[in-house]
Amino acid sequence: MKEVADTTSVSALDPERDTFPKLVRDNARRLADKVAIREKDLGIWQSYTWSQYFQQARLIALGLASLGFARGDRIAIVGDNRPQLYWAVMAAQALGGVPVPIYQDSIEREMEYIVDHAEARFAVVEDQEQVDKLLGVRARCRHLQHVVYEDPRGMRGYSEPGLSSLAELVELGGKFEVDHPGYFDAELARGAADDVAIICYTSGTTGAPKGAMLSHRNLIATARSAARFEGLREDEEVLSYLPMAWVGDHVFSYAQAIVTGFTINCPESAATVLADLREIAPTYFFGPPRIWESILTSVMLRVEDAAAPKRALVHFFLRLAQDIERTRLGRQAVSLWQRLAYPLGRLLVYGPLKDNLGFSRVRRAYTAGEAIGPDIFLFFRGLGINVKQLYGMTEASVFVTIQRDGDVRLDTVGTPIPGVEIRISEAGEVMFRSPGVFRGYAKNPEATQQTLEDGWIHSGDAGFLDRDGHLVIIDRAKDVSRLADGTMFAPKFIENKLKFSPYVREAVCIGQGRPCVTAFINIDLAAVGSWAERRNIAYTSYGDLAQKPAVYELIRGEVERVNASLAEDDVLRGAQVRRFLILHKELDPDDEEITRTRKVRRGYIAQKYAALIDALYSGQDRVQVEAKVTYEDGRTGTMRADVAIRDVAVQAAR
Amino acid sequence: MSQAAGPLLEIVGVSVRFGALIAVNQVSLTIGRREIVAIIGPNGAGKTTLLNAVSGFYHPFEGTIAFEGRDRTHLSPPDVAALGIARTFQNVALFKGMSVLDNIMTGRLLKMGGSFLLEALYWGPARRQELEHRAVVERIIDFLEIQAIRKTPAGRLPYGLQKRVELARALAAEPRLLLLDEPMAGMNVEEKEDMCRFILDVNQEFGTTIALIEHDMGVVMDISDRVVVLDYGRKIADGPPAEVRGDQAVLDAYLGVAHA
Repeated sequence: MKEVADTTSVSALDPERDTFPKLVRDNARRLADKVAIREKDLGIWQSYTWSQYFQQARLIALGLASLGFARGDRIAIVGDNRPQLYWAVMAAQALGGVPVPIYQDSIEREMEYIVDHAEARFAVVEDQEQVDKLLGVRARCRHLQHVVYEDPRGMRGYSEPGLSSLAELVELGGKFEVDHPGYFDAELARGAADDVAIICYTSGTTGAPKGAMLSHRNLIATARSAARFEGLREDEEVLSYLPMAWVGDHVFSYAQAIVTGFTINCPESAATVLADLREIAPTYFFGPPRIWESILTSVMLRVEDAAAPKRALVHFFLRLAQDIERTRLGRQAVSLWQRLAYPLGRLLVYGPLKDNLGFSRVRRAYTAGEAIGPDIFLFFRGLGINVKQLYGMTEASVFVTIQRDGDVRLDTVGTPIPGVEIRISEAGEVMFRSPGVFRGYAKNPEATQQTLEDGWIHSGDAGFLDRDGHLVIIDRAKDVSRLADGTMFAPKFIENKLKFSPYVREAVCIGQGRPCVTAFINIDLAAVGSWAERRNIAYTSYGDLAQKPAVYELIRGEVERVNASLAEDDVLRGAQVRRFLILHKELDPDDEEITRTRKVRRGYIAQKYAALIDALYSGQDRVQVEAKVTYEDGRTGTMRADVAIRDVAVQAAR
Repeated sequence: MSQAAGPLLEIVGVSVRFGALIAVNQVSLTIGRREIVAIIGPNGAGKTTLLNAVSGFYHPFEGTIAFEGRDRTHLSPPDVAALGIARTFQNVALFKGMSVLDNIMTGRLLKMGGSFLLEALYWGPARRQELEHRAVVERIIDFLEIQAIRKTPAGRLPYGLQKRVELARALAAEPRLLLLDEPMAGMNVEEKEDMCRFILDVNQEFGTTIALIEHDMGVVMDISDRVVVLDYGRKIADGPPAEVRGDQAVLDAYLGVAHA
């Protein structure tokens, strides 16, 4: 009964506070001088308060209005996380428009598809790089009229019509206000909870991107419900470093920040994120598994470079922490000596390491988007960082389940947050219903119909609810399959095990209907590169390094380790990796091999590298490959390479 | 190209001699305000010597060099720098053990005043001054996109980035004339493209006049307003890139002449 009461309290919205612009207006009154956004610019963290947030967004809105922005217009938002772009999102919403954030590293063709599909008339972008792409898009998309850029650098020579700087737009806004006093407030008041607040194009592992429409009500109800469930406070600090086009950033850096009133921090540049993380030391942190993996890799690299006694000390205490954490999550008692040794580890290793990474103040952190390797999860929890798994989808305004504090487990993604109902379909697919369930895909009723059934969402994930009501996700429903002999084959599970190795950046396992499991490996250039340097192995490029026999031996060792851990599991013992190859190039979203959020597109890879897969199952130890590569500017070329294949020993159960 | 105030730099009949060797032989050349001029020529043609004469490192034994209409033929390098001429070197010349930030700050030295004591105590005007200089330097760091290496010792950077830091240090002096000696030597294609973009941006955003020596013809033809060709210390051509490319004397100097 309690949960039902919670649902009504979160989805019934006060008409004075039922859209994000209205909530920001409220924050500007309530929390006028509290910092809303920080941005590191010119080496200094510059702060903007909630009242400045509202004022800036208001001027941008008036500027857009003076250019003819009307209710219902779509506006593309492209760039790194910048305060001005978050303001532009609010500005568009205040006028009843719909922001459409686009991944900033999209190539022109991808951008064109979304701008055209969303029929965006306006775009607010970060800099010259994005302006160039959008001007290219505009030449072919009849809808797009105005492009506004934030950073004027390099823009002096541009004289195209319909192109203006944000500073000019704000000035126009000031003038517009003189002639139309009260315009902004009237437009703001017209906004309603069920208006579409944002369209998030999901990159999807199959087919063209789909535009998920989320309403103010969807986002406010879900953000608020999760914030209450987790006890978020006004004084949280968040680092906004994930792409604005990803629904996760929109919910954490925009929706929850506004609903709760906490502070977000925009890093100086993509290259400085780790340094900025350390300076800000967030209290609330979100990272998909690949971020946790890359932080772990950077730690391990530094450990390997340390002197031998130090290295031994760190390894000893890290192993201790992971053992303790594994025991705890398994609901078993930690031995006395471990309990006594842990504080020493905190003093010598865990504390300094957390401080160095910028995690010393974290009260809660999430991993989501993909399953995280258990070893990675244990590593961070062992340090004393409250990392929890979360299960969410764009179509649910993110939050479906969260692991409750004190009820964290290795193999589940937690329990539903208040307001979410979960059921498992007869086919074993996870389905859910919540106030956050989206309004459908823009201009795509067939896809909407496939996903949305009587208010229930088909998640596409295979899973089950365990005895305690925790959700367990096995894999993408369509990816779980069987080997020729009937052994269950869950590729992502094996891939995650492979990816715990600091030397493995990406892995793709193959096995459906085949006699055994084989794998494509992408090595981690930084980690393997420094490993090679320590051994005086010279190399010129990724492709060269990847094919070194010594590197194959290194990776073979890693694969054998994974096989040994698979051998421990009764169900998966038969799904050990028998053969592998190291790909001659890195899987790249520009080549459509992985999505922008780094999810493997199996179907496409199977088709593109069919020759390599045949070679893996034909007993050859070497194969020639020819691959199409797409450069950053969208041009394509061909790459030829010789790829070696190695066998791996099958491990017996211990 | 040049505006009403006349050319920024005017070199008239300049010769530089090392003993019996005449490295630069009666070269005359003007550089207009906001121009990007490339100086090209085969090895040993006297390009770097000419740049050294402009920056006051060598003194010509004949001819005059005028900067902003006033004769500057015999000034020393620090005096030339104080006038607003900055340069980068063919072989990177950074303080390897110092951070990138400190390296760039040295570019501000000429603009710093104040007593040693105040500086040491970091007090009063010294503190205010330091903050002002830091702000200028941060703008340049932002402009050249080197935020991520601000605190890295310069010696640990890859070559391409060291070149960029050197450019940053030259810019920190807020020069009106920037002399770049082979800014792209030893760079890969991507680094060259970045450097080209930065040179063009510097020229456009700060209005800095730029003279550069470069061997990569693609780069030269792409970014310069005018190309000057030296051969055996003499100027053999001077004009827009398209014109110079077709010039017979230039082709002969580069490809050799068939003496029939």
